Amino acid sequence: MSLLTNTKITNQQLIVDGATCASCVTKIEETLSKIEGVKLAQMNFALRTVTVTGEVSEEKLIESIKSLGYSAKSSGDTNDDVLLDEKEVAELAYHRKLMRQMWFGLGLGVPLMLYSIFGPAMTITSQTEQVFWIVIGVICAAVMYFAGKHFYIGAWRSFINHSANMDTLIALGTGTAWLYSMIVVLFPYLLPEMARHLYFEATAMIIGLINLGLALEVKARGHTSDAIKRLIGLQAKTARIIRDGNEFDIPIEDVLVDDFIRVRPGESIPVDGEVTEGKTSIDESMLTGEPLPIKKQKGDQVTAGTINKSGAIIFKATRIGKDTSLAKIIGLVKQAQNSKPPIGRLADIISAYFVPTIMIVAVVSALVWLNFGPEPSIAFAVISATTVLIIACPCALGLATPMSVMVGVGKAAEAGVLIRNGEALQGAASITTIVLDKTGTITEGKPSVTDIYTCNNKEENALLQLVASLEVASEHPLAEAIVESAKAKKLILQKMTDFEAIVGQGVYGKVDEQQLFFGNQKLMKAQKITISEEQLAKSIEFAEAAKTPMFLAVNGELSAIIAVSDPIKEDSIEAIQRLQNNGLRVIMLTGDNHATAKAVAKQVGITEFFADVLPEHKSAKVIELQAQGEIVGMTGDGINDAPALAQSNVGFAIGTGTDVAIESADITLMRGSLHGLADAISVSKATMRNIKQNLVGAFIYNIAGVPFAAGILYPAFGLLLSPVIAGAAMALSSLTVVSNANRLRFFKAQQK
Amino acid sequence: MIFINLIGIILIAFIIWWFWLYKPKDSKAVKVTKQDTIVVQNGIYQPSIIKIKADQSSTLTFLRKDANPCSRTLLFPDLEISMELPIDKIQTVDLPALKAGEYPFQCSMKMYSGLLIVE
Repeated sequence: MSLLTNTKITNQQLIVDGATCASCVTKIEETLSKIEGVKLAQMNFALRTVTVTGEVSEEKLIESIKSLGYSAKSSGDTNDDVLLDEKEVAELAYHRKLMRQMWFGLGLGVPLMLYSIFGPAMTITSQTEQVFWIVIGVICAAVMYFAGKHFYIGAWRSFINHSANMDTLIALGTGTAWLYSMIVVLFPYLLPEMARHLYFEATAMIIGLINLGLALEVKARGHTSDAIKRLIGLQAKTARIIRDGNEFDIPIEDVLVDDFIRVRPGESIPVDGEVTEGKTSIDESMLTGEPLPIKKQKGDQVTAGTINKSGAIIFKATRIGKDTSLAKIIGLVKQAQNSKPPIGRLADIISAYFVPTIMIVAVVSALVWLNFGPEPSIAFAVISATTVLIIACPCALGLATPMSVMVGVGKAAEAGVLIRNGEALQGAASITTIVLDKTGTITEGKPSVTDIYTCNNKEENALLQLVASLEVASEHPLAEAIVESAKAKKLILQKMTDFEAIVGQGVYGKVDEQQLFFGNQKLMKAQKITISEEQLAKSIEFAEAAKTPMFLAVNGELSAIIAVSDPIKEDSIEAIQRLQNNGLRVIMLTGDNHATAKAVAKQVGITEFFADVLPEHKSAKVIELQAQGEIVGMTGDGINDAPALAQSNVGFAIGTGTDVAIESADITLMRGSLHGLADAISVSKATMRNIKQNLVGAFIYNIAGVPFAAGILYPAFGLLLSPVIAGAAMALSSLTVVSNANRLRFFKAQQK
Repeated sequence: MIFINLIGIILIAFIIWWFWLYKPKDSKAVKVTKQDTIVVQNGIYQPSIIKIKADQSSTLTFLRKDANPCSRTLLFPDLEISMELPIDKIQTVDLPALKAGEYPFQCSMKMYSGLLIVE
């Protein structure tokens, strides 16, 4: 725990529990201030936090608080769970505040508006009326203060910083209406009688409505983080650990690396670790989207947040706290949720110019009314300027992209798809060609020996023993299959010397004084080893059955053809069909020979494939496709294919399980199934569609609304928008955007 | 009437100058260390133009006082940093060693904006 020994921290925050009275605050502050190195200790009673400035270890601070009879912990230790709860509490409080402010605004606004519609004209004709309206004006100012203070302060603060935002528009709009009305009330003779109209109801109504809009928006926004809440909810609160033969439950934060933890059926795995005892099956679907439980036994890895289904196990903790896969997944999702796809940048640029532009439009509109408008032109000018300011809603524009990304990325995470950032999201939605690496992507990636064809009456097991002894040194996945097969037959491996890997062809080595070449047909050709017609026919027969034939030459003579086959994943065919139905060009890429590749491609319904591709040439194939104008998505295991993944427009790493450390991928598919790829693409497409709807809606709204507000309909139809309606529309527009983004939550990515 | 039009035009000119043409002087930038808290409230970062030293990692300290959800997310788009600011609680942002230059930071909607000058 480096946190505890760190003495260089200058600003530390602790959460104090048990301090129930205000006098405790002084006591804690005083005690902490007396510790050597502490310059300042301040406690916030409401938040139960104490902030300490100075050079002192956190351990010391916690100890001295404990000595007073309270408990304390670092706020840095607060897990996401607590932070989320606190955020919810804060949001709830904010929501209540907004609702209170709304009632203030509408409490004055609604009666005034009813009066303006059904009562006599709101104007000044007598002394009594003047006094009455002065009182109303003052009440209105009080409403502005109590319910709209934040708009005015925000507007002013931004103004002196040379920036403008939604607060600016609201403050200017309501301020103009109120100021004009006050001038009418206080100095009616300054204005012609026709122009002595009052707009107190507009000010109060706008403040009320916009507060209402904000309150509803806060509520709706809460749902956009449902996915992350669900992930955080997977984290167990306690763990049952075994220390020195004793078993006890402790809070998850206190679990240490190398602790032994017991997990019973139905419980969730508290931290990452390695099984040391017992057998079970574990449901990882909540993390990876993999529907089938996975069998685990001694030596297997288990992941925090997954659920133990059938048996009881004991495992050793290997990663805790912020290092667990679950914590990393949460971190990745959060990071991606806050990133912006390129499409959103346009909105950013526009919103930077938006508010001042609206202010200019408001001035121009007022000038046009003053110059060309009918009497009372001053009243029309004020009303049109107010309405223009109020109807424009930069918020809708600003929210359009981030809200959809938030929901879309979360939705993807639910299907076991981790999208790294907004760019990857937009990229995945625009892919035209998808390249699939054969091994591990379309196939299981676990090849096994299916046939051994021996030449010249050699003994099968003796040959397998030779090859396995040679292949032990190779890192090729096919080599593993050979060694496994030899082990299954309980063959003892012999000593091998002079090992040499021949890139793209095979391997060479000496075993038992015999020179061995083992690899593909190219290797045989290069070593001038004759392959008889019968042998060649056999190898073609293997290849056509989607098996990879490999040739073994002993002392310059072909001795065996060993066929290795990698079974196709159960649902690859269906998933590839799904991709093709989405209009994607699907291409298979493999290092295998042409005939085997052709056979596999045919089995899964792919017509285009690249065979005999050396690992280092994979990215060249991607470049080739890009040169054809294709937007290429490359799918591979993320380790051997890293350069190709990086070269492609969007790189997908498939079947990473809960290990999410893969850097080269834009999108990580935790599930092994290619359905994850189809899911990723369809979620991305749905999200981009949603963003576009939001942007178009926000643009149309702002561009079309403003001329109406300025009074473009007046010359032809005698219609002028009321500022109250503009206020309602402004409140509605950002709510509409957030609600539309929320609609994405019901999108079904997975097709079963 | 001419007078009123003139006022209108001056007003427009003022808006253009104040919000778009005005360039903050470099002298407004505030040198910050970890002890200095950048307060997030009322639509602005205070201070909003901050300076740190180049080629060494540094830490910025933010304190969000505004409950408005707009201020919740803090983004450094060029640095691919995004984080959530809790309300009324110190949140530190660790920056890697950066090359000299200007790095804007903002909320998710760019209503709050600030500038990090690295020199």
